[in-house]
Order: sequence, then C-alpha cells, then structure tokens
Amino acid sequence: MRGSISRVGPLRVGIFFLLLIVIPLVGAPGWILNTLIFTIMYAALASSWNLIGGYAGYPSLGHVAFFGIGAYAIGIVFSKDVFGGYVPFFALPLIGIAVGLLSLPIGWVSMRTRADVFAIVTITLLFITQTLAFNLKGVTGGAQGASVAPPPFAVDHYDWPFYFAMLILLAIAMGISFYFQRSKIGLSLATIRADEDKAHGVGVRVTAVKLIAFGVSAGLVAMAGGVWAYYVGFIYPQFAVDPLITIGMVLMAFLGGRATLWGPVLGAFILVPAQEYFAQAFGASQLYLFAYAAVFLLIILFLPRGILPSISERLRQRRPVIATEEAFAGEESTSGPAMEVTVER
Amino acid sequence: MSDALLAIDGLTKQFGGVTAVDHCSFQVQTGTVTALIGPNGSGKTTAFNMITGYLKADSGTIRFRGETITRPRPADLYRRGLSRTFQQARIFPELSVEENLVVAAGYSWPQLFGRRVSTSDRERARTMLQEFRLEPLAQLPARELSYGQRKLVEFAAVLTSEPTLVLLDEPTAGVNPVMIDAMERHIRQRHAEGVTFLVVEHDMQLVMRLCDPVIVLDRGAPIAFGSPEHVQTDPRVLEAYLGA
Repeated sequence: MRGSISRVGPLRVGIFFLLLIVIPLVGAPGWILNTLIFTIMYAALASSWNLIGGYAGYPSLGHVAFFGIGAYAIGIVFSKDVFGGYVPFFALPLIGIAVGLLSLPIGWVSMRTRADVFAIVTITLLFITQTLAFNLKGVTGGAQGASVAPPPFAVDHYDWPFYFAMLILLAIAMGISFYFQRSKIGLSLATIRADEDKAHGVGVRVTAVKLIAFGVSAGLVAMAGGVWAYYVGFIYPQFAVDPLITIGMVLMAFLGGRATLWGPVLGAFILVPAQEYFAQAFGASQLYLFAYAAVFLLIILFLPRGILPSISERLRQRRPVIATEEAFAGEESTSGPAMEVTVER
Repeated sequence: MSDALLAIDGLTKQFGGVTAVDHCSFQVQTGTVTALIGPNGSGKTTAFNMITGYLKADSGTIRFRGETITRPRPADLYRRGLSRTFQQARIFPELSVEENLVVAAGYSWPQLFGRRVSTSDRERARTMLQEFRLEPLAQLPARELSYGQRKLVEFAAVLTSEPTLVLLDEPTAGVNPVMIDAMERHIRQRHAEGVTFLVVEHDMQLVMRLCDPVIVLDRGAPIAFGSPEHVQTDPRVLEAYLGA
C-alpha cells in the first residue's frame, strides 16, 4: 500500500520516464513506437481506472464508455481540420474536465451499488454508450464511423506527438495516483475500500471522495480516448467503445496490483506487448483472446492481489516480526470475535 | 425530557414478522454512563443501529442534543458528536493503527486535499495512543492486532473526534480480564472528562460497577429503568433473564 518515502521512489520514476522519452529520440523503429504508444496508453488507462477500481474498490467495467466519449469528442470537433496538428492535444484538458463532470451523476447513481452489482451496473453503461454511438448517426456517423482530419506531421516523426501525448497522460495519471496515496483522499478511499459502512461511522465524507475518484478517473480515460482517436484517425463504435479495452485496463491493474502506484503500469507493460505477440503468433484469428483469458485465470488463482502486493507481502514476511503482543503489556491475544459472553444474574 | 442528551421515543423496527424493537422509548442524560442490557435478541443492537443511522426505523423519533434527527446518517451524527463502536470491533485492517485514529479524528474540506497524516494529526494520534498504551503499535497494520487490541483501537479512534456521546456495543465481549480492566479504566477516565456513554454489555459485574442508570430491554421495549441495585431486584428483569 503506502510505501515509505525514500530516494528510491523519485529515482525510479525519473529513470522510467527518461527511458521512455529517449526511446523515440534514438530512432526506435516504427513498430516499436506503435507498440509503445498502445502500451503507454493502457498504462495510463489502467492507472486511471485504479483511482476508482483500485483505491476506492469500485471495479468499474464501464470505463471504456468515457474512453469512447473522449474519442468521439476529438472525432467530431476535428473532423474537418486539426488547425496545424497540435490544437487537438490542447483541447484534451477541456474534454477531460467535461467528461469528468459528466461522469459525476453517473458515478453518483452507480456507486449506490457495490462490488459485483456495481460492476454489472457499469457494464450497462458500456452497452448504452455503444448503442448510442451506433444509433446517433447525426453525431457519430453510426456504423459508418467518424474520422479525424489527418494531421500534417512529418512522416519521419509522425508518431512522436501521439507518443509524447500518451506519455504525458501517463505521467498525469501516475502523479494523481501518487497524490491520492499521500493525501487524505487516499486515506479516505482506503477506508471505503475496506469497510464503507464503518467509514460512514467515523465521519468520512464517503460520497464526495468516491465522486472525486470517479470523476478524475473518467476524465483521464476520456483524454486517453481522445489521443487514441486522433492517432488511429477513424472511430467506429465497436472499437471506440470496445469491451476489450475495459477488460484490458482492469486486467492490467489486477495483474500488477490494485491500489498501488506501479501495479497498473507493470500490468500494461507485461500484457500489451504479450498481446501484440500473441496476435502476431495466432494471426487474425483472435485466438489471442484465449491467452488473455488464461492470464486472467492464472492471476486470480495464484496472485489474487496482483504482482506487486504479493512481492511486498513476501518481503515483509521475511523481515523479523515485531513482537506485537509484548508491545502491549499484560494483554493476551484472543483469536476472534466468537467468544463466549458472560451473563450474570 | 428537554435536557436529555439523547431521547428516543416510540422507536420501532420490524424484520418480516418479527418486531425487533417495539415502541421503545428511553433517554440518556448528559454525564451518565447508561447501560442498555437485556437478554439476547431483546433489540439492543437494533436500537443502536437505528440511533446511529445504520438502520432505518419504521417509526419513532430520535432527539440528540435537543434536536430531532429526521434522517439519521452515521457520518452526520458522528460529526455532531455521536459516535459508536461495533460488537465485532470494526477497524480498517490495511491501515496502520495511527491512520485508523487519524481518519476517525475528522478533517475539514481543505484538509481532505492535504497530507495523509500531517504533523498535527500524528501528534494528536500519539497522545491518544499513549493514553491507551498502544503507542508502540502505531505504525503496525491494524490487521496484525489481537482482538482485544482491535477493540481498544476502535474505542481510541472514535474518541479522537472528541464526541459528546459514545455508544459502546459490548466493549468487553471476547476480551480477557486484563483488557476488561483497561477498557473500564478508559471509560471511567473519559466519563470524568465529560463524555456521556450508552453501553450495551453482557458482563453484569462490569455493568453494576460502572453504569448508572441501567435500562433493561426485553422483546424490543424497556421493562425496567433505574440504579443497578434497583434493576437487579426487579422481578420483571429476573423473569426476562431466567424466562421463568
């Protein structure tokens, strides 16, 4: 959960982002940049999802709806002209804020349910959004799709703006994730995740904190959707509001470790390249989905808490145990609540 | 009536065909340690849950500090000075002991966006943990505590918000005699500092030592009220407990 503040943390972040900044500059081939753009996008998506799905413990399966809305926002506004190429990127914060605000009533209603019911309620959000995308033809172009005007970027460095835009989004998502951990927002979210009823009982502003997490998370996902739409150029309902994107971000957060800073990033950096590899190896047969399912199954079976929490748990167990009982003089441990109750008459 | 800290009137709750709390009325006067006792299933915890907003009453009114609480909500009541502990010692297992206290101490909107545990938070938590002799455990994840320690941490945590009235649901159930003494000492100390208590407890020796007055519930309604000595000899109470 909360790591100790040390010099290792900033150093790790520095090296990670420095490496990712240098890779395109040293002339990495196009396919690597292309894979990295999607890897970084998923890392940003999983980190954003983690704000609500991890820290708050509300496993939204509908987040791709916000991704799609962000994608269509870019597609609709910049269908004719991208004004030199960089203007769509500057529009992203506005899209993020707008979608974040739009998500608040959705979050308010859906977060009146919990756990599996919440997951199912948010799936309906996904399908409602996809159905709207198919049917609001005047706005979205329906099944014909929408397109963004092609940007006038130099062929040599065509991927760069998208690459760095995704990288900035990842940095923002991780920055917010880090901020959540270090602030009372994160502390409050941790109480909600553990025992929401008890959290109410100690005065935690449960609804407000959940909505903050939901709105920020949705806004960030929408921004990633915007960059994605601009990058791929064509937006179809089945790809912009694709259940696989939702499953992807959830799976990556689960694999790396929910409610951690690096878990979702690690999950993305394992799964996206693996998925690319499987897609290549099995061709267009979509057999790679079986590999996806297998990974999910293995995680649930062997690493239910994800890679990073499992590792830190192991490390913690190897450290000498503090003598808990001795620290409280005269107290004997009683193992559980099911104790007998004395009634004297 | 008017100067009672907590006054409940006609409180009723049905679960299916069972009336768990049945037109229950009683008051808790400021500065008392009032006990709420009764056989299992007499509606003590259900009454607690309605008073603290965890359960919606079918009918009846609750007044706290002279104000009628029309829609009791746990967080609102907590911030107004009414806090409770749970029978099963509910704490946040993944948080440290210190964080359990910090989050329960309450914070303003600006503080929500501030540091997770500020220096003043830490200071305040430390004072309380010292009082409870739990300071060495401050940084330990709460899940590593024994059951008795959890009960103490839960109690210490709700006290950090400086409540007016604390509802304790079986504070000593399932803990060893040493811990019962510790719990009793802390209740007495806080009581001396002006905190009012309403205690559900099955340990009658403790009730007789600590509480005055005592309210006895049976089948969802009070059957006796008064000093421990008075209640102890009341034939209705003996009948309720012995089922004679």
